[in-house]
Amino acid sequence: MENKTISKERRAYIALMRVLMGISVALTCGLVLFMIAYVLGRGIPNITWELLSTKPSYLSGNIGILPDILNTVYVIITTLLIVLPVGVGAAIYLTEYAQNKKMVAAIEYAAETLSGIPSIIYGLVGMLIFLQLFGMQTSLLAGALTLVIMNLPTIMRTTQESLKTVPQSYREGAFGLGAGKWRVIRTVVLPDCIDGVITGCILSIGRILGESAALLFTAGFAHALNGFVDGLGKSGATLTVAMYVYAKEQGEFEVAYAIAAILMLLTVIINLSATMVGKYFKKRRNV
Amino acid sequence: MHGIFLILGLVTVACVLMISVYLVISGIPAIGEIGLFQFLFGKVWASTAAEPSFGILPFILTSIYGTAGAILIGVPVGFLTSVYLAKLANPKIKAVIQSAVSLLAGIPSVVYGLVGMVVLVPAIRNIFQIPDGASLLAAIIVLAVMILPSIINVSLTALEAVPKEYEDASLALGATPIETYFRVSVPAAKSGIAAAVVLGVGRAIGEAMAIMMVAGNVANMPTLFGSVRFLTTAVASEMSYSSGLQRQALFSIALVLFLFIMLINGALNYFLKKSKEN
Repeated sequence: MENKTISKERRAYIALMRVLMGISVALTCGLVLFMIAYVLGRGIPNITWELLSTKPSYLSGNIGILPDILNTVYVIITTLLIVLPVGVGAAIYLTEYAQNKKMVAAIEYAAETLSGIPSIIYGLVGMLIFLQLFGMQTSLLAGALTLVIMNLPTIMRTTQESLKTVPQSYREGAFGLGAGKWRVIRTVVLPDCIDGVITGCILSIGRILGESAALLFTAGFAHALNGFVDGLGKSGATLTVAMYVYAKEQGEFEVAYAIAAILMLLTVIINLSATMVGKYFKKRRNV
Repeated sequence: MHGIFLILGLVTVACVLMISVYLVISGIPAIGEIGLFQFLFGKVWASTAAEPSFGILPFILTSIYGTAGAILIGVPVGFLTSVYLAKLANPKIKAVIQSAVSLLAGIPSVVYGLVGMVVLVPAIRNIFQIPDGASLLAAIIVLAVMILPSIINVSLTALEAVPKEYEDASLALGATPIETYFRVSVPAAKSGIAAAVVLGVGRAIGEAMAIMMVAGNVANMPTLFGSVRFLTTAVASEMSYSSGLQRQALFSIALVLFLFIMLINGALNYFLKKSKEN
């Protein structure tokens, strides 16, 4: 490829750009590898069955994260149960029903605005609205409701993107057979956009799992062991919040690293499953 | 059915209105009491002192410097990586790096905070021989890492959308591939890359928990090696035990942060629209 007609300056420029790009790519990849290796290396040795299966006790000085694991599951389930109907419904309105362009623009602008708001503001507003205005306790439910607002744009966007790929001819065919609008949506359009809904769920789970600032003031950081219904009404820390408290407030770095390693593994799993779901449905759609 | 779906669609609009209205309602009283000028340009924040003082200039400047620093480090690295991914990498390597980048985006911010706290802060203390490594510099580095995925992904999309004809024309005129990418493709994708930078600014200015763990949280005027407090961490660190005017002042800080974010969102939308038009 050596070209004698290229001047020295140009060759220097090309070489410089190549080197800079190489450094940047190496930095990015090195960073990912370092984060994975370091967090897993420090954390996995600290993950014990006892840590996973007990609750913390001040009497015995034991630290267990079972309540935090359960709280995380409760918050994820509750948030998804509320956000799915609203988000999917909003997406259906936008792609199937909406006639008024201004209305569509307003809703889409609102969704974009929501996705740009930082989580600390959600935490604050969640506290103001759910705790002060509605008089709720600091509880998992208040936290979940805050997360519903946060994740609404995600579910809406993935569902909407998927709805747009449903061929118009499917709808026309169903209409031609005499089905009404709602029936067409329920039996033809919705089953075909399930991939968008699932992708949205996976992304939301990832976001809920990693969330801390929005939950700190709405869901609190208690470590009590509760059942699902009981737990919703009570304060509780999710894994991420618990990790923050153990590292920053209590200086328990072994526990913090163990939780960090669990979070890291879950992040990897979530990313892989998002990719796999995308691939699976793409294949199915092409058949 | 139309009505039900319309209502579901309007939930988002209602949420945005509710958030804006609530932040304004709860943020205004303290500003009124302290005085807008005193609040925004006061250099001393001593919320729990006997004679409290509520000046948030240190927080505003820290947030601006911190974000600028993160952009200064994160944008060149992210931008160059995205050029490599968009134009030079073979598809397999590209897929691997892309999934690595999305993993980087998925790591919870407290995990970055933890690693920053245990690895970065002591390293800064040792390298620069200062008593405490928890500083603006540590926060800048953590933020730079955290905004990297957004910058890479958005500029990658923009670079991939550059019409092949532009590049072919440049190559046919005798430019080498690298020259073509940096002098033709990059200028053609400049709105999208600008959007990537603005998105990075938004992410950096809104991050709270990770920098809470590495920045030291003392309300100083910002210096690179000093312990500092951001707009976000000012809210987060005092919220749990605040009361009275102090609490209201925290809401006012959140309002200032919200206004910054809305400004950034506006800029982001502008660049994204422009990039789509091209």
